[in-house]
Amino acid sequence: MKCRRCREPAVIDVRRHNAAFCQPCFLHHCREQVRRAIDEFDMVQPGERMLVAVSGGKDSLGLWHILSELGYPADGLYIGLGIGDYSDTSGRYAQEFADRFGYTLRHVDIRDEYGFDVPTGSRAAKRAPCSACGLSKRHLFNAVAMEHNYDVLATGHNLDDEAAVLFGNVLRWEAGYLGRQYPILPATDGFVRKVKPLVRLGERELAAYCVLSDIDYIVEECPMAAGNRHLGYKEVLNTIEERSPGSKAAFVFGFLEHAHHRFAGDATEEREDLGPCTVCGAPTPGDICAFCRMQARATGTRIPVTVTTSATMTAEGAELDH
Amino acid sequence: MKVVLRNPRREIDVATPRNVAQLLTDLDVVPESVLVIRNDTLVTRDERLREDDVVEIRPVVSGGAR
Repeated sequence: MKCRRCREPAVIDVRRHNAAFCQPCFLHHCREQVRRAIDEFDMVQPGERMLVAVSGGKDSLGLWHILSELGYPADGLYIGLGIGDYSDTSGRYAQEFADRFGYTLRHVDIRDEYGFDVPTGSRAAKRAPCSACGLSKRHLFNAVAMEHNYDVLATGHNLDDEAAVLFGNVLRWEAGYLGRQYPILPATDGFVRKVKPLVRLGERELAAYCVLSDIDYIVEECPMAAGNRHLGYKEVLNTIEERSPGSKAAFVFGFLEHAHHRFAGDATEEREDLGPCTVCGAPTPGDICAFCRMQARATGTRIPVTVTTSATMTAEGAELDH
Repeated sequence: MKVVLRNPRREIDVATPRNVAQLLTDLDVVPESVLVIRNDTLVTRDERLREDDVVEIRPVVSGGAR
């Protein structure tokens, strides 16, 4: 195969674009896709302070690198989730990457700072491990961004992630989730602006970007993710994509263009109903946010809660009543 | 030829197929879900393979909470 731009021998094919690229042209292609996403969705303005959610994997490290290449300097935030050797290894990849390029990486260790880890939180809150992990990351990324006055939080969600989440939300017609599924979520009371600059790149492109940029990332999958629903959706979508290249992009961008606005009202209503968590102040639909409830259960802490009956209950008691 | 698989990392010997696309078909791997790396260099589906090649098939699909 020849590179579409320069006709030199190609190293990677991207069937969605009916194209193949040599190394320099592929790296240019990736940067251009991110630049287009940032411009199209008005994600960040010059001079704004950006925080990147970093896991040590290909997407977050690739994103951090591309943002820097495009002239958007950002700090990183790594959350140690306490998932055994996997967390130790992924944290090492994140720190080595930051050291190599001279970037600032913040660390939050959930065990040190909140007294529990994801496996314990998962069991205590009776949540699937990926649900406990996602809840912890969403809560802490937002909390740290707010605490340190960042203007925008960038995450490594790529086109495949968006397609898989959309697939799941459409299967169950989750109106609120569909209304929130957009490459930018504006800042509101208690929430920093969130952006997904990788929405125009597939995860195969991100992996290739890292290999071709000599970026070391953790290739191994999280041991707790095996067999989860999200991976099943990706498998289905990749099989469709193989037969019909461009299907995932058509699915996601077709939704954004033709259907997202139909659900946006559901998401706005949900956000308007939020109030501050009585423990940590984060926005929540109840008295205590889901993260603080999980922490209380995992650590055996009883948190006094004021409820509408003016009685005082524990966090666990409040949960049982809902 | 030798093929390196990941998650977990292991090596297998396979009869040398004519190209990368054939290798993935033989191993029942969806091309969209992997990169193929030969001697530390990415290769496209039409690349011919040789008996003395060492080829890594690296999965690119990550899941779980994002």
